[in-house]
Amino acid sequence: MTGLNTIGRSLLRDDADILESSSPGSTRVSSNAQRLKSIRSIQPGLVLAWFVMAVVVLWALFPQWFTGYSPTAGVARQQLRAPSAEHWLGTDALGRDVLARIIYGAGNSLSGAFVAVGVGLLVGTTLGIVAGSARGRIDGAIMRGVDVLLSIPQLLLSLSIVILLGFGIVNAAIAVGVTSIASFARLARSEVVRVRASDYVEAAFGSGGTFTRVLLRHILPNSLTSVIAFAALQLGWAILTISTLGFLGYGAPPPTPEWGLLIAEGRNYLARAWWLTTVPGIVVILVVLSANRISQSFGKARA
Amino acid sequence: MSTVITFKPVSTAHSNAPVLEIGHLAVGYRGSDGFQRVVHDVSLRVRPGEVVALVGESGSGKTTTAQAVIGLLAENGRLEAGAVRLNGTDIAGWSQKQLDTIRGSKISLIPQDPTSSLNPVKTIGAQVAEVLQIHRRGSRAEIDARVVELLARVGLSRPELRAKQYSHELSGGMRQRVLIAIAIALRPALIIADEPTSALDVTVQKRILDLIDELRREYGTAVLLVTHDLGVAADRANHIVVLKGGRIQEQGPTSEILASPRSEYTRKLLADAPSLGKIRAVPRARSPRIRGSDDAIVVQNLVQDFSVGGRREAFRAVDDVSFTVQRGTTHAIVGESGSGKTTTARGIVGFQKPTSGRILVDGVDVTTLRGENLRRFRKTIQLVYQNPFASLDPQQTIFQIVEEPLLNFDPLPRDDRARKVHAILERVGLPQSVLTRKPRALSGGQRQRVAIARALVLDPQVLVLDEAVSALDVTVQAQILELLEELQQALGLTYLFISHDLAVVRQISDTVSVLHNGRQVDSGLVEDVFLRPGSAYTRELISAIPGQRNVSPR
Repeated sequence: MTGLNTIGRSLLRDDADILESSSPGSTRVSSNAQRLKSIRSIQPGLVLAWFVMAVVVLWALFPQWFTGYSPTAGVARQQLRAPSAEHWLGTDALGRDVLARIIYGAGNSLSGAFVAVGVGLLVGTTLGIVAGSARGRIDGAIMRGVDVLLSIPQLLLSLSIVILLGFGIVNAAIAVGVTSIASFARLARSEVVRVRASDYVEAAFGSGGTFTRVLLRHILPNSLTSVIAFAALQLGWAILTISTLGFLGYGAPPPTPEWGLLIAEGRNYLARAWWLTTVPGIVVILVVLSANRISQSFGKARA
Repeated sequence: MSTVITFKPVSTAHSNAPVLEIGHLAVGYRGSDGFQRVVHDVSLRVRPGEVVALVGESGSGKTTTAQAVIGLLAENGRLEAGAVRLNGTDIAGWSQKQLDTIRGSKISLIPQDPTSSLNPVKTIGAQVAEVLQIHRRGSRAEIDARVVELLARVGLSRPELRAKQYSHELSGGMRQRVLIAIAIALRPALIIADEPTSALDVTVQKRILDLIDELRREYGTAVLLVTHDLGVAADRANHIVVLKGGRIQEQGPTSEILASPRSEYTRKLLADAPSLGKIRAVPRARSPRIRGSDDAIVVQNLVQDFSVGGRREAFRAVDDVSFTVQRGTTHAIVGESGSGKTTTARGIVGFQKPTSGRILVDGVDVTTLRGENLRRFRKTIQLVYQNPFASLDPQQTIFQIVEEPLLNFDPLPRDDRARKVHAILERVGLPQSVLTRKPRALSGGQRQRVAIARALVLDPQVLVLDEAVSALDVTVQAQILELLEELQQALGLTYLFISHDLAVVRQISDTVSVLHNGRQVDSGLVEDVFLRPGSAYTRELISAIPGQRNVSPR
């Protein structure tokens, strides 16, 4: 998952080498360094990641801009065509354009991921903040609940929830969100506990601050940065998990274009039509990697 | 290795060839905005058996110079010019591999922080043995015997037992002794001691410095002592090198530097160093705003227990401490780490409910306050923390930080609040331009001024200063102490000054309580306690203040 990061890092190392091998005269070195700094501040890996995310978001919002084909209606006698000028990524067993299905699928996959992360972020962070600020028995009760949640394998948990709620993309997203509550709660709690122990929080209480005010002014702003970075990371993970659920048939019902479902449908034709599974798979990988890279840049900005 | 370097045998004390000779040394670091030179043209010599002190504030390049000598510069650092001659051989251009052959055997280092310098998962014995093994000195049994001998030599009791212990089982002073044992294991010609005692209590500091002194005399080792404390340098060094901004301000024999400093900067350092102290000759002028002579703080039989790890028995951190502080005066609580001084202060500020005893601040019994009453009470007493880097919220601007206490009490219109913030900022000597900045853009001294401004914006009666100047350089420390004094005069404030530094205490306070293991062993007027200490512990503390040896009465 860190392929892009590695590229970014090796580029950084190259810069450092250039710097090292340049002349010992300190004035020239410094002007070199300034030039390199401006190059270094534009990290190609990060730019690529943002570009991928931007394209996918545009797909989700305005799919009709990118393709003229329908994602659901197949064209008779055009089944299983290989990629060509007419159908860039080929067609599937029902004669539907694969590119169109991927583009229209972005909406389902992305909105699912946002719902999932939203559920986890909202519920998990709230629980974590309550546990971290209340401490004592409330903390114990919440965190033991979180431990129970963590002890169940995530896929099993999300499958059970989908079965309880009924199949469908929104329900799958909620199920994925619920499984991430535990990690959000843990992170938020540890951050709150860390910030609470700091001198500036004590100083805020010492200058007469009420609990709510200190919570809002100091504890939340200082503990939420790493939670936000984690949410970006979770976005990639959620896309992956929702696709997994779709692949297993617990997500969107068949005609709907959804990435996991696309891969699952293509599976039966793997020998004859490689593009049915390979291309959606690559799209999922790219999006997840981009989300990771972006999340990492948030984490770095904080440090 | 192909190069074979022969060193002259470690010379005896009367030989005059320098062990270490640094000539025109320049060191730079590669940073985000290019290469920055931090040490410029530094030249000095260390002769056998001599102690040379490198003195300067943080950022003066003293540690960088020391690191350059032993080849341990940070990865982005580079020795740019100059020579480092060890017994006549220039080692400035040596590779790490070459340096490995002399590190430990010819030069060794006593690092600053004894806690992070020892490996927590290896026994003490194994770590001392390591240096002997690297340089292949003797069989396993011989090494083991030598380790015990070394641990005994540096004054550790029961050395056989210590060799089997891990670093977390030892106190800070004992860990520093272990590091010294490692440093002297191969009897190097030169020991670099980088702030060897800055992290230690003052009595422990004295014992460690005595030990280094003793070993130096015994082995004829030369010592390059890096310190920010001019008092320590004055006591221990033959020769002082004063650094500022990476340049030598002046150097010379200790007595000369102390008696007749030539550079302006050295004079300022000498004047600011509390330990080389001018004792307040005149009794302090009382602030005109004192109403009568009532007591601002009364502490009676304060006891504070902490439960330890779920066990029934409690640890008594503060044991029957009583004192009173008159309004408008400064009372100091002095003690080493673990003496209960901070616990006492936290009880007075109302952060902790004492186990028993009474605390009256401005006539109000703090121990009975709860909820809203406690919150209201906070207006009377404010705490200033030791570390100005941790006590300011990194996400707030200075204006927000100073304004915040005002929002907690009777609502003031926005304009009034802004006016108050501006006024208090001027009071503590900060320019208005810092208001929009975040704490990270400020220096340590400026941050501590912000912390003081935040404490004062509510017009409190009492200010508790918990080691409030301990983390600052001497010059900045002197400025903050001056500011505190001025504020006390102008506002009639009462200070409770928590410190481990007796020299500072003597300079600033009227009365003092000396705490030792939670008990108050001495108390009274500062001059009485200093001149006629009532307990052996106080006498030990006073004699441990550095800077008393070489200073002629001024």
